[in-house]
Amino acid sequence: MKKNNSSRRIYTVSEITQEIKSILENNFGQVWVEGEVSNFRVASSGHFYFSLKDESAILATAMFSRANKDVKFKLEDGLRVICFGKIDIYPPRGQYQLIVERVEPKGIGAQQLAFEQLKNKLFKEGLFDPGHKRLLPLMPFQVGIVTSIAGAAVRDILQILKKGAPCVDAVIRSVRVQGEGSAKEIALAVEEFNEFKQVDVIIISRGGGSTEDLWSFNEEQVARAVYHSQIPTISAVGHQINITLCDLVADVFVETPSAAAKIIVDKKNALLRELDGYKHKLSFDISEIIHGLSSNLVALKHMLKSPKDRLLEKQQLCDEINERLFYSMQHYLNIIKERAGSLIETLEALSPLAVLSRGYSLSTLLPEGLIIKDAAKLKPGDRVKTILAKGSFRALVEEVNSRVNGGSL
Amino acid sequence: MKDKQSFEDEIKRLQKIVDELSSGKLTLGESLKKYEEGVKLAQGCSAILNEAQRKVELLMKKEGKFSLEKFDDTSLKEEA
Repeated sequence: MKKNNSSRRIYTVSEITQEIKSILENNFGQVWVEGEVSNFRVASSGHFYFSLKDESAILATAMFSRANKDVKFKLEDGLRVICFGKIDIYPPRGQYQLIVERVEPKGIGAQQLAFEQLKNKLFKEGLFDPGHKRLLPLMPFQVGIVTSIAGAAVRDILQILKKGAPCVDAVIRSVRVQGEGSAKEIALAVEEFNEFKQVDVIIISRGGGSTEDLWSFNEEQVARAVYHSQIPTISAVGHQINITLCDLVADVFVETPSAAAKIIVDKKNALLRELDGYKHKLSFDISEIIHGLSSNLVALKHMLKSPKDRLLEKQQLCDEINERLFYSMQHYLNIIKERAGSLIETLEALSPLAVLSRGYSLSTLLPEGLIIKDAAKLKPGDRVKTILAKGSFRALVEEVNSRVNGGSL
Repeated sequence: MKDKQSFEDEIKRLQKIVDELSSGKLTLGESLKKYEEGVKLAQGCSAILNEAQRKVELLMKKEGKFSLEKFDDTSLKEEA
């Protein structure tokens, strides 16, 4: 029994676990393992826990926070990855696991994957929404520039503005445009320009570089700061067609820093042309108006007589009437004169005295003195008075002969 | 006057005057007044755009306060 007892090597659980642990560690050391991520979760400690699996096996993994803080893309279930780490035992559970030091996506670069993931997320949130994009002001006179004063971008922008639009002032917020912490500086600069308020547009820019060099402009905080800017933004990052998230969020994006400045120069030149057009149109319209009115005036002048002309016309009429009146009066007077003359003659002819002077006499019946024209009105014994050319006499009627006068006196 | 807002206001006013004058609904006196004002606005706005006075400054923020520092961009002229 004793011998048996002494030949038996009895481990405690901890001892055997420790033994396995050292065998595993010695045999495998550090390994690369490819598989599909499943059951991914982030603990409150910041450590990642997930499993790697393929068609027939599953491997538990842990990726501690000090290691996972460098992972640029988002680990998620279903993603095919290659993990680097060491096989370890977790004694409390009696479970072996892979302690992951590095992870990279299978088939696609980690950075590219991170970019696609973030882009997808921001797209879903509406950060690239065309409806959110603001129009640039009619003419930005104050241009804010977020870039490094040590870079080529600021030189390009300032030169083009100076040459093409010297009426434009520039305010530069110098930031680092690559490397650790640069994204934060860029985002902060955009926010500060919004706080500062005195620029009409913000150009976010840097010159060309590798995808890694431009990476800060793909960072979420930059995209969000640009999205939240109340001042219209122009993104001008790089010299190639590598579109950054900053480009996608900005109100306007161009491929180079020079192109950003050129937008402003073009705006100025277009406005100057527009203003010239207005000046010409105003001059044309006013001369049309004046021309139209003056030809109207000529027409009206033909139709209208001046008051002076009308006065002269009336005066002439007056003179004419006056003359006619004068002649009429003269004529009338002459007629009257003539008629008066003949009346006098007639009167003279009719005067009884004239008849008497030719030997006729006039008899009246007394005492009434009525002129006797008919002998029948008389009877013998009537007293009559006879008037002669010279003097008169009274007589007594002896006989009346009432026959019509026989013609003999 | 290089103020974005008042510049935009003047351009809008000018556009309105141009429309009014071409409408043909104004008296001669009104037309002449609009014409004069319009030409003055157009010349004023052009003068602003043709202005060659520019400032280049660096925006600094110290202890929560903004300040502007003159920036000499002539040194940038040569290819870096």
